[in-house]
Amino acid sequence: MSIVLRVERLVRHFPLRGPAAWAARWRGAPPPAVRAVDGVSFAIAEGETLGLVGESGCGKSTVARCVLRLLDPTSGRIEFEGEDLAALRGDALRRRRERLQMVFQDPTASLNPRLSVRDMVEEPLRLHTRLAPRERQARVAEVLEEVGLGRELMDRYPHELSGGQRQRANIARAIATRPRLVVLDEPTSALDVSLRSRVILLLERLRERHALSYLFISHDLATVKYLAQRVAVMYLGSVVEEAPTTELFARPLHPYTRALIAAVPVPDPEARRERLVLSGEIPSPIAPRRGCPLRGRCPLEREACAAEPPLREVAPGHRVACHLV
Amino acid sequence: MTAPLLEIEDLAVRFDTEDGPVEAVDGLGLRLAPGEILGLVGESGSGKSVTAYAVLGLVRPPGRVLRGSIRFEGRDLLALPEAELRRVRGAGIGMVWQSPRTALNPVLTVGHQIARLLRHHRGLPPRAARERAVEMLRLVGIPEPERRARQYAHQLSGGMCQRVMIAMALATQPRLLLADEPTTGLDVLVAARIMELLKDLGRRTGAAILLITHDLGTVAESCDRVAVMHAGQLVETAPVRTLFRDPVHPYTRALVAAIPRVDREVALEPIPGAVPSLLHAPPGCRYAARCALATGRCRQERPALLPIAPDHQVACFAAEPVA
Repeated sequence: MSIVLRVERLVRHFPLRGPAAWAARWRGAPPPAVRAVDGVSFAIAEGETLGLVGESGCGKSTVARCVLRLLDPTSGRIEFEGEDLAALRGDALRRRRERLQMVFQDPTASLNPRLSVRDMVEEPLRLHTRLAPRERQARVAEVLEEVGLGRELMDRYPHELSGGQRQRANIARAIATRPRLVVLDEPTSALDVSLRSRVILLLERLRERHALSYLFISHDLATVKYLAQRVAVMYLGSVVEEAPTTELFARPLHPYTRALIAAVPVPDPEARRERLVLSGEIPSPIAPRRGCPLRGRCPLEREACAAEPPLREVAPGHRVACHLV
Repeated sequence: MTAPLLEIEDLAVRFDTEDGPVEAVDGLGLRLAPGEILGLVGESGSGKSVTAYAVLGLVRPPGRVLRGSIRFEGRDLLALPEAELRRVRGAGIGMVWQSPRTALNPVLTVGHQIARLLRHHRGLPPRAARERAVEMLRLVGIPEPERRARQYAHQLSGGMCQRVMIAMALATQPRLLLADEPTTGLDVLVAARIMELLKDLGRRTGAAILLITHDLGTVAESCDRVAVMHAGQLVETAPVRTLFRDPVHPYTRALVAAIPRVDREVALEPIPGAVPSLLHAPPGCRYAARCALATGRCRQERPALLPIAPDHQVACFAAEPVA
């Protein structure tokens, strides 16, 4: 299987300004920064969905924005179809957008209120492809049909659509240019139960039909389990565990992954489940850290955890960064 | 059976819209015993939140309570004058709203907000109220409560804000807590801790909780009993184990089948159709147009909520012959 996206040692720091930065300079200390993404590596094959999970502030959306080059990475490689996106600028980068699209969480905020459904789905075709106007119209009709938006909705504006229809319009816009990779940042989190399951099934159907690859970012583990073939778990800017989905949910190894999975409520009052409880809160991503990022919160902590654990392969395709595994 | 703490009978709430009247809640009946946790579930637009608003007497025009009674500790809240109701709202019934950041006052420190409540409803002097506010923040697990009490909502994380809301709702030691989607939008670990906190405080203070949510997982893990609402009507109510082991109403079954879950492999089946428009509510069962089992009778006649087992009631013709 060919690799569509390979991210290597991706780092994105946000330098701090103001008194803290001045004080550090005066002391000759390294400039303080929010270390949002601190050396993340993963790869996505053709037709594969990689789920990137973690809590708010773990850096998963920053990874997405770097992959899309909406943010410039501080360092690292983002290899898309064999080419390093991190090194591209201007026109060269814009030409890749045809193959690299995105869907965001808020279906309303991500639509231009002044464009009709037809115009907003046509826009990326106009910008990124050389299709003639007639071909563009045919493509618009085709993708709207694919996402289940009827012809009668073509000339509607976002405020005339329901929440579910808006997210379908977002998806139609993302797949209009026939991309190879779509970055999905919490695409189902703002939707109600019944709409959520429909959008999940739609995404799955589109992936199968077009051999699309998804980078699926979410804090909703149940949805990730349904959609992703592989899952990477992020904590404090690093990937702490990565495995095939069935393996990860059947045999989570990292204490953080175990705590996350255990905390998801299941609709079965008689279920007996592991309870692994972390203490405290996510520490500040500004403080320089020593050792395991979970230190101080992990109930299984040992002396060895004072050294930073490397991400190592413990089973085929199963990588974990923990000294105790 | 103990006397119910909250007893809602035949509640109907109508909103007069430009296009005509909408009965957002239609003939709802609920009972909540002291110390009990009741989950009220359903899709958006099923009338869950409007029910909570009605209990608090907060239905405002164009909405109004059309009929029914809401008895809290034996008194009908719908018949109480506003001043009296305000006392019940603060001291007897606490409320945890869905979006904690917008529900908190942005220009008052969180400590001040809780203290103000205590001075107003418990008549505490300023200093004692301030001390008790800090104590409440400690109780809900906020680290460094003295420092946090002096901060504003925007200085706290979402999970922290939600804990402040809970501290506020419980400060006056209410006998009933209404919690509207208290964990929606929070990260799983934070959500799990908030639910543990609610359950624990409920156990310790003996407060009953009406938990409004669309998350069946949270219901399964926290509630004693469940009431399922669809399009403004109650379709099934049962003890939590019964509801998940033998859901009877087709809508309840559809709700359970429509969610992806971490504990087993499931084939995801979205609920067919959408919640019907209540502008022109169908005469029969409001689920009929979405239901695979619907017959001609279902479309004409409205099924009543009838017991099919002790403490298990269902509003469905298909469930009736069981007796």
